[in-house]
Amino acid sequence: MKRLMIGNEAIARGAYEAGASVATAYPGTPSTEIVSNMARYQDVYAEWAPNEKVALEVGIGASIGGARTLVAMKHVGINVAADPLYTVAYTGVNGGLVIVSADDPGMHSSQNEQDNRGYGQFAKLPVIEPSDSQEAKDFTSLAFDISEEFDTPVMLRVTTRLSHSQTLVEEGEPGERVLKEYKKDAPKYVMLPGYARGRHVEVEKRMVKLAEYAENTPLNRIEWGDRRLGIITSGVAYQYVREALPDVSVLKLGLVNPLPKDLITSFADQVERLVVVEELEPVIEQQIKAWGIDVEGKELFTLLGEYSPEMIAQRLAGAEPATSSQLDIPPRPPLLCPGCPHRGVFYTLRRMRVTVMGDIGCYTLGALSPLEAMDACVCMGASIGMAMGMEKARGEEFAAKMVAVIGDSTFVHSGITPLIDTVYNQGTSTVLILDNDTTAMTGHQDHPATGVTIKKSPTKKLDIEALVRAVGIDNVRVVDPLKLDELEAAIREELERREPSVIIAKRACALIDPTPITSTLFVDEELCNGCKACIRIGCTGIFFNDDEKKAAINPNTCVSCGMCVQVCKFDAIKVVEG
Amino acid sequence: MSQIMNVLITGVGGQGTLLASRIIAQVAVDLGYDVKVTEVHGMAQRGGSVVSEVRYGEKVYSPTIPKGQADVLLAFEKLEAARWLDYLKPDGIVIINDERVDPLPVMSGKVKYPEDIIDRISQLKPKTTVADATQTAIECGNVKAANVVLVGILSKVIGLPPEKVEEAIRKLVPPKALEVNLAAFRRGVDWSVHQ
Repeated sequence: MKRLMIGNEAIARGAYEAGASVATAYPGTPSTEIVSNMARYQDVYAEWAPNEKVALEVGIGASIGGARTLVAMKHVGINVAADPLYTVAYTGVNGGLVIVSADDPGMHSSQNEQDNRGYGQFAKLPVIEPSDSQEAKDFTSLAFDISEEFDTPVMLRVTTRLSHSQTLVEEGEPGERVLKEYKKDAPKYVMLPGYARGRHVEVEKRMVKLAEYAENTPLNRIEWGDRRLGIITSGVAYQYVREALPDVSVLKLGLVNPLPKDLITSFADQVERLVVVEELEPVIEQQIKAWGIDVEGKELFTLLGEYSPEMIAQRLAGAEPATSSQLDIPPRPPLLCPGCPHRGVFYTLRRMRVTVMGDIGCYTLGALSPLEAMDACVCMGASIGMAMGMEKARGEEFAAKMVAVIGDSTFVHSGITPLIDTVYNQGTSTVLILDNDTTAMTGHQDHPATGVTIKKSPTKKLDIEALVRAVGIDNVRVVDPLKLDELEAAIREELERREPSVIIAKRACALIDPTPITSTLFVDEELCNGCKACIRIGCTGIFFNDDEKKAAINPNTCVSCGMCVQVCKFDAIKVVEG
Repeated sequence: MSQIMNVLITGVGGQGTLLASRIIAQVAVDLGYDVKVTEVHGMAQRGGSVVSEVRYGEKVYSPTIPKGQADVLLAFEKLEAARWLDYLKPDGIVIINDERVDPLPVMSGKVKYPEDIIDRISQLKPKTTVADATQTAIECGNVKAANVVLVGILSKVIGLPPEKVEEAIRKLVPPKALEVNLAAFRRGVDWSVHQ
């Protein structure tokens, strides 16, 4: 009996069927549902780690300890985990270790579109790439076998379009959870120079063996068709190729590192024209070119964004682009939700005209119209360090008009060490921790400061206030971000201080804690003069009626958070209790 | 490629497009087809423009519908019909919920909501129909069931057996919301009969 599964659920199923008993991750679109699905299996230990580096380190320990282990993260999470990643490639594994990298071509929900297959070559890891949910399940199971057979971590590389597409999967039987024996083996697991030199030899031997395996693995296959055109492809791009060019010959690679040189050479010899179609970097193409084989790739296909069947049909089959209807319609950018506590923060920062070093989360939307209150956002946890650098470059006067803004989950992820830097090196930053008691952007996952685990059981709750005091911040205060006057006064006072400060703007995400709506709002048209101050908070609960030239409440979306009431200088927005 | 049914479901984040695509996909699975569904999670869901793509047939490769090949475009909001119109076949069918959700540039008064958008769509795509699913859902007892009214209309248009759709609704909707949703579905089916 087949059923529809998103790619991420299928990866979890594959790991479960392979007997994985430990799963760890930090949430990140498009990877999040992998480990949240693992948490549904009673006999699997699953956790949200504070960040991806910790997730991988927990994974390494579990693997050395003899358990089959799944670690999942989004592509930029691999950057955070890169330090242990490169060296676990040397130690190898005991229980199979599969690391999922969920890449995001097209940047649907990411800050870059790096292609993590490159990590496979750089860190010397086998990289497996499925093209639908069935393969996601089957390849994940096989990845555990490869991991143990070749004594290596295996990277499973997927993309948003695989992670979040549902395709049919035939489930198998759950495997047995086998804990392998643990034997102390310092030369294998203690990577000091003398031992690491020995392990590097093993890594290079392993890559040679894997290259031999690549020639005959069921992960790679040729689908012969018209031999005038041969396509080499992997991942979801394979599906686009089959859709656009049903008759051509295809070499579908499921193992994209190391590549099967003989198989590729033989395929190249038997087709008239050879083209690589891959999202997104020329990872396969460049290796084939280095072997002196005549192949086309990025001459035809872009390095930017997601591919599509129509793109392939246009480049390789002369298809015409679909006609455009040229309807000029307004865009619909994403917005902070009605009642979102972040709105109060960014409205206030914009009013105060301060420089804002931003961070990753829903609140990055504070950069967009109409709030437009963010100057920089680079990666998880960067806000606090960037504020420190700005101050050291431009001086304390500048720092008195600048804040760093970071969410609770992001602060725990990687905001603590830069805060220590600020204290240690005598910065004077004002840091706003936007504590909405969840990891909102990725779909409301718990984290250490929510006091609840991935399996929804209570645990010790990280006290952010006590933590920031402990690292040496003497000026700490907690404010409600929807009380605008208090928030602004707090920011002003802390900016004036020539010492580092932390303001915890504390209010739960409007989606997880919808405060019962006990009142409704309406605009008194007598008092409204159409100044649009309330419109500039960017809330779908209030809109501008262009015919009447007045603001009006949208009762379908308004949650009566009262922010617009506070920004109206004419008291035109009224509250009706009950 | 022509033997595949391509259904594009568009709307605004939070309107319930996901349940609609799930119901259609489940029916297609129950009918024994190969099925693929794709949608994008994350930032777009925060009130932005959202799209679900459902494809079924004997064998489906790409999870995304190639531009210009959708058989049906089901839009939960008028602008979101226009935004995705180029994905439709020249003779494709457009079903539009007569619902207006202002995007930010309209809310802030920077641009006007194009009042004539349905006329402009109808000129380009003659097989355009408009339904007031929101009102119908209210009549059925819950405004949130508008998506299932639209599923009713859509299922009739693409020829899905109503008993199979009801079976899928029973699988996917929580028991306490089931009666309202079944009523909404039946109203949707009846609606298209009388047009």
